[in-house]
Amino acid sequence: MNILKFLVSVIFLIYFFSSDLKAKNLEIEITKNLRCLICQGQSVYDSDSEFANSLKILVKKKLNEGLDEKQIYVYLKDKYGDWILYDPGFSKNTYFLWLIPILMFVFGGAIILKKVILNKKKL
Amino acid sequence: MRTKIFPIFLIFTFSIIFYVFYKGLQNTNIYTPEIKSEIKIPNFDAKEFFSKDKVNSDQIFIGSNYYLLNIWASWCVPCKEEHKYLIDLSEKENIKIIGQNYKDNFDNAKNFLINLDNPYDYIFLDYDGTIAIEWGAYGVPETFLIQNNKIIKKIIGPLNEKLAFEIRELTQ
Repeated sequence: MNILKFLVSVIFLIYFFSSDLKAKNLEIEITKNLRCLICQGQSVYDSDSEFANSLKILVKKKLNEGLDEKQIYVYLKDKYGDWILYDPGFSKNTYFLWLIPILMFVFGGAIILKKVILNKKKL
Repeated sequence: MRTKIFPIFLIFTFSIIFYVFYKGLQNTNIYTPEIKSEIKIPNFDAKEFFSKDKVNSDQIFIGSNYYLLNIWASWCVPCKEEHKYLIDLSEKENIKIIGQNYKDNFDNAKNFLINLDNPYDYIFLDYDGTIAIEWGAYGVPETFLIQNNKIIKKIIGPLNEKLAFEIRELTQ
């Protein structure tokens, strides 16, 4: 009986810590995706500024309130704009940003193709 | 001819680059995104500064009065600089100044108000800085002009003569 109790408590403890760890991991993941607005080139996770520390507490609070990752991003975007997210969504302000690599690829490809064809003709 | 054009072109390009970077040195390097004007104020719970009574933001910002929310802390040096403008504005009848005490030590904050005078009609505590984030603030000092539960103007950094004048104009 004692062994059974011991086992149950061990399983409970493992479960408890692992769920705690999961929550912690999500918190870290979210704060890594947020830009510290008053620091240069640091994420909220990396920074130890007053702003970043408050934001870490807030993310934890919001997770406890039951918000998911996306809802937290939307919430913070409302307050601080796209700039706070390291991965800005596709919107009318950012479509240029997202399309530039594709445009460069297409134009570059076109230039290379043209050169190759011209060279072949010369030969 | 070709040999002359190239150095001139090079000097021209570099001088343009130099000019752009030199100008850029004087710009502030804190990027502040454009804020949609007239944002609704957030709803939050806080504690009153002196009595530590619980209070909701609905009880602080009522009706069509003008409110000036000022985020401050005793450890913040620019807050001392802007304090005289707040005291000037507190003499204005139609505007209520609300203080948000940001991550501060109570005794230090109290001494700050005793030494520099208290311009605030009401002060609430923001002990972990999360209420400042609800406002979309970056740090201290920061000031918001509020009417009808909407933010009319947001000032990042300390007040100065020009900004204090602007607030007076807006609340005429």
